Amino acid sequence: MKLPEKTLRQLLFEMMRIRQIQLAIESRYLENEMKTPVHLCIGQEAVAVGVCANLKKYDYINSTHRGHGHYLAKGGDLRALIAELYGREAGCSKGRGGSMHLADTTIGHYGSSSIVGGGIPIGTGMGLAIKMQKKNKVSVIFFGDGAADEGVLYESINFAVLKKLPVIFILENNQYSVCSKVSARQAGDNIFHAMPAGLLMTKKVNGNNVLDVYNASLKAVARARTGHGPSFIECLTYRIRGHAGCEVQDVPGYRPVGEIERWKTLCPIAAFRKKLLTNKMITLNEIKKMEKKIDKQIEDAFAFARTAPPPKPETLPLYLFRE
Amino acid sequence: MTWSKTKQKIIEPAFSNNEGAEGKRILCYDEAIREALQLALSRDKRVFVMGQGVDDPDGMFGATRNLHLEFGPERVFDTPLAEGAMMGVAIGAALAGMRPVYFHNRPDFLLLAMDQLVNHAAKWSYMFGGAAFVPLVVWACIGRGWGSAAQHSQALQGLFMHIPGLKLVMPGTCHDAKGLMLAAIADQNPVLILDHRFNFNYKGMVPPEAYTVPIGKGVIRRKGRDVTIVAVSHLVIDACHAAQEAAAYGVEAEVIDPRTLRPLDEEIILNSVAKTGRLIIADCGWKTGGITAEIGAMVAEKGFTYLKAPIKRIACPDLPTPAACNLDEACSIGRDNIKKALLELTR
Repeated sequence: MKLPEKTLRQLLFEMMRIRQIQLAIESRYLENEMKTPVHLCIGQEAVAVGVCANLKKYDYINSTHRGHGHYLAKGGDLRALIAELYGREAGCSKGRGGSMHLADTTIGHYGSSSIVGGGIPIGTGMGLAIKMQKKNKVSVIFFGDGAADEGVLYESINFAVLKKLPVIFILENNQYSVCSKVSARQAGDNIFHAMPAGLLMTKKVNGNNVLDVYNASLKAVARARTGHGPSFIECLTYRIRGHAGCEVQDVPGYRPVGEIERWKTLCPIAAFRKKLLTNKMITLNEIKKMEKKIDKQIEDAFAFARTAPPPKPETLPLYLFRE
Repeated sequence: MTWSKTKQKIIEPAFSNNEGAEGKRILCYDEAIREALQLALSRDKRVFVMGQGVDDPDGMFGATRNLHLEFGPERVFDTPLAEGAMMGVAIGAALAGMRPVYFHNRPDFLLLAMDQLVNHAAKWSYMFGGAAFVPLVVWACIGRGWGSAAQHSQALQGLFMHIPGLKLVMPGTCHDAKGLMLAAIADQNPVLILDHRFNFNYKGMVPPEAYTVPIGKGVIRRKGRDVTIVAVSHLVIDACHAAQEAAAYGVEAEVIDPRTLRPLDEEIILNSVAKTGRLIIADCGWKTGGITAEIGAMVAEKGFTYLKAPIKRIACPDLPTPAACNLDEACSIGRDNIKKALLELTR
């Protein structure tokens, strides 16, 4: 499918933005001012961006502990994200959630769970609500290969198919759960790839190719919006950094160094950038301008977060219940 | 929807079948719950009922009987046997603006949904600084007897009372079964209602209109000066009978039905103990780390100076429930245990 140049440039910009923000978090992480376990999505940007480019502001997403990219790609506020990492009242979860629990209901992001697979049935239930309310929304659920080990995925997809829900399951296969390789945990290909297409649209795509992700999720979104039921898209990608923290905190020894280096050469952003440059859809100068624009946003967000006040101690019991 | 305008009934006149209810309408326990659901489904299109067997001919001991015929299979539906995912589905639907009521046959099966209930439903409002909230009702029925044994007899309220972010409701009368169900549906937060199977033998006065019983408010079922009995769920009526029998021996017991275990109406309990100086707590769950332990600790902490005698706890022995009738019976508590404790405390 041929996309307008503007859209292509936007896809590049969004991926660059998520990458630069991740790098900025990483470069400041050892200052120990962001006292929260960050799970960086460096190398996986194409999944969040390719999917979210097909969504409307009112569509729902459900994310995970590795959720910065999903939050940003859906349009989550950058200042509120960084303030959350600094444990500030101005954070998107008022400093109560931390890096793993981001939310912005104004853009359809109702919170992410750090229990692996925990968000899958919740996103499915949001799909049920959409259907019952006869709304023209879709519910997208991002989860990793670790969550695909969990029985709740099977239970949720079964229910989504049974009720023909407007839900899109995005398996972001970055090949590792902490230090465990997917092949040590799963017997073979995910069973849902064997489902009849009429019941569940399934697809396997190169998760490092933003256009592949975009095109697959475009079909899934159209299918969901027209009442044809759920889809399951597996995006193969790679976790360049360790499970949590910054590069130097990744424990050595559980994966070959050569493997990391090889996947670095398959960087989703570098590949797409090259493609646009080669096809003269963007110039180096324009890319530089984008980088500068993003840097400015980052500086602004960190300056905001560092100086924002932490929650007042007397607010500790707030929010347990909604009055 | 005008839940906020629903009439609140704080004091219920009658504790048992007919006292104070002359000329009033009498319903069975299942009919009371069913009427609450019927009213909620009629008044609020966000409300729906789900759970394994809610559309069975039996309809969850009668509580959901034929609601699917009246409101259609979209709003009253059976679910897969997937407690974990289905609890998450209910949470997600609640987040997206619905008001699910999720029925479970037994609390034992809720254990399969603990991740969603404890890690998700109970956390969601707090974890996101109030950005999102989960107006969810979960219902389960404690069963026992007839050899139901270890995995079909558990009274797990102690486990659920431990969790901040969950409201825990255990009605003891038909009136409250209806009013607390409506209050739970109107609530913006996850509310777990645990009913005891024995309650389904009750009949009682139930006003026909929509009304709520406030969550977090207990009620005095019987006034007395000598001993306070805090009794939970079906044991409320047992405690009232035990108190009446003990009155023949000159012992006047005050019976408190907390109705909600979390939030707990501490004030009503402490005020009573301040008057009587003696406390019995009766709950059908396990003793260790359970309801009786928590209420006992609360009174020891906040009302120690009121106490004239050690607190007495009546609870299920710390054992899995055995199947054989005689052994099962030995794990059961009721009127006689409460009466015995009353007489011992006032001897």
